Amino acid sequence: MTALTTLAASVHLASVETIIAAGVFVVLMLGAFRGDRSLVPLTWVGVGILALAGVHLAIVPHGGATGFGGLYIGDAFSTFLKVLILAGAAASMVLALPYLKTTSTGRFEYPVLIMLSALGMCMMVSANDLLTLYVGLELQSLAAYVLAAFHRNEAKSSEAGLKYFVLGALASGILLYGISLVYGFTGTTSFTALHGIVRGTATADIGTLIGLVFILSGLAFKIAAVPFHMWTPDVYEGAPTPVAAFFAGAPKAAALGLLLRVAIGAFGGMTLDWRQIVTFASIASMLLGAVGAIGQTNVKRLLAYSSINNIGFALIGLAAGSREGVAAVLFYLAVYLVMTLGSFLAVLQMRGPDGEPVETLAALSGLSRTRPGLAAAFAVFMFSLAGIPPLLGFWPKFAVFQAAMDSGLYVLATVGVVASVIGAYYYLRVIKSVYFDDPAPAFAPTDSRVNTGLLTAAALFCSPLGMLAITPLVGAATRAAAALL
Amino acid sequence: MIGLGHYLAVAAILFVIGVLGIFINRKNVIIILMSIELILLAVNINLVAFSSFAHDLVGQVFAMFVLTVAAAEAAIGLAILVVYFRNRGTITVDDINQMKG
Repeated sequence: MTALTTLAASVHLASVETIIAAGVFVVLMLGAFRGDRSLVPLTWVGVGILALAGVHLAIVPHGGATGFGGLYIGDAFSTFLKVLILAGAAASMVLALPYLKTTSTGRFEYPVLIMLSALGMCMMVSANDLLTLYVGLELQSLAAYVLAAFHRNEAKSSEAGLKYFVLGALASGILLYGISLVYGFTGTTSFTALHGIVRGTATADIGTLIGLVFILSGLAFKIAAVPFHMWTPDVYEGAPTPVAAFFAGAPKAAALGLLLRVAIGAFGGMTLDWRQIVTFASIASMLLGAVGAIGQTNVKRLLAYSSINNIGFALIGLAAGSREGVAAVLFYLAVYLVMTLGSFLAVLQMRGPDGEPVETLAALSGLSRTRPGLAAAFAVFMFSLAGIPPLLGFWPKFAVFQAAMDSGLYVLATVGVVASVIGAYYYLRVIKSVYFDDPAPAFAPTDSRVNTGLLTAAALFCSPLGMLAITPLVGAATRAAAALL
Repeated sequence: MIGLGHYLAVAAILFVIGVLGIFINRKNVIIILMSIELILLAVNINLVAFSSFAHDLVGQVFAMFVLTVAAAEAAIGLAILVVYFRNRGTITVDDINQMKG
């Protein structure tokens, strides 16, 4: 009887995941029987299920209770990230509909795969054990590999899927090897137990340290931090645009959340050891993301380098290793999610006369003459990604720099500012092309009122109006960080 | 007497062979899939050896999970490979170069 009560309590604790898991099978069954013509209703059913899971987030206990024998934890930190994940996944499902229709890839598996991936991401951020970490990460990744190759009749898309799969599987292998070493040298896989055992270089043996390096490398791949970034531009370019939008948003938030929990929650005693690694990855990502984007001609590749660049900035907060640092990272992730989804929504509006997707930067020139609203949205997102002050993108950058200064990481903060200036060059180049160059052939008019609405909402959020959201966002991020540290 | 160190050495060697198999191989994507399996099996040897020498079951349970996920991973990898072959008619590693930069 007690065993049953414990199980019931665990399932209740994990009700967000339970709802998504049950819902995804309902959608899969409906799709299997009703066929591809049910894509649109099934997408909205999927959004409804994610919304229901989101409502349950408010109900389930999030005071740090653990379930399933300590494998799973529900705290303010996981709740904050799950809100981002569910919102990002739902938006990626909806914004894809017009694209899927025009490119004849409208198959019902799309919402199913996104939901499975969201389920994996929710498990990742609630992981309290290396086993949960691994299974959640794989569930997210396996669905993502298929999504990258979703346009199965196009060579580029299947090439993107293949590259993503091979490098992703290699990263999982490296991560697992690190997990096995950590397990062997500490005798446990539980984050709670690891937090008690791991106590700095003085006592930690070299095996644990090597294991930690392997684990960090595997996770760095999932967030596309340099030197494990090489897949990002190719996968973003080759994958269908809505899939690239999905990859740039929710999975980054989930993987970075997982990295925070591993580095600070489980290996908090080794902060001085992993700080060097994170600092290196952060500086390298910021610089390579800024420099690599300069020569690009494809707008999706440009956004891929932009995401590498942004992850570098977010890692500054992790390197700080303080509560302010973690709160700054979470704040950064929330704003970054909106900025990047907004940018991809704007890219989705780039369609040739017959509605086919256009991806070159050259096609954007003179956009302000033909589509002033879309041009303004591009300008807002680019200025915001560059971190120009009145726009929302400035504030999370400011927060991570401040956290780095408070922790005495002056060099890191200085390099961050320099990289920010280099990065501004290519963002401003897009704006210059949109507003001052001779007009290119006009794009087809918008084909979805929902996407236009989402685009407007994202642009308004990134505009100075978004500053209204700073206080509640920072408050929630600080509460979430307090659960971890 | 075979000790823990021997098992770890075998696992490390298999792991390195697997990683090198991915990077040095320029011929065939199937070999990459085999290398990935090799990496996962090296991890399993590590887990089971640690588990056995520490008299702790967690490592063996972990190894079962790794085996299960590896099967799913191989299925998805082969499926993507088949789609790729249908589009390009080749699975030579050097030909996977439509996107660069």
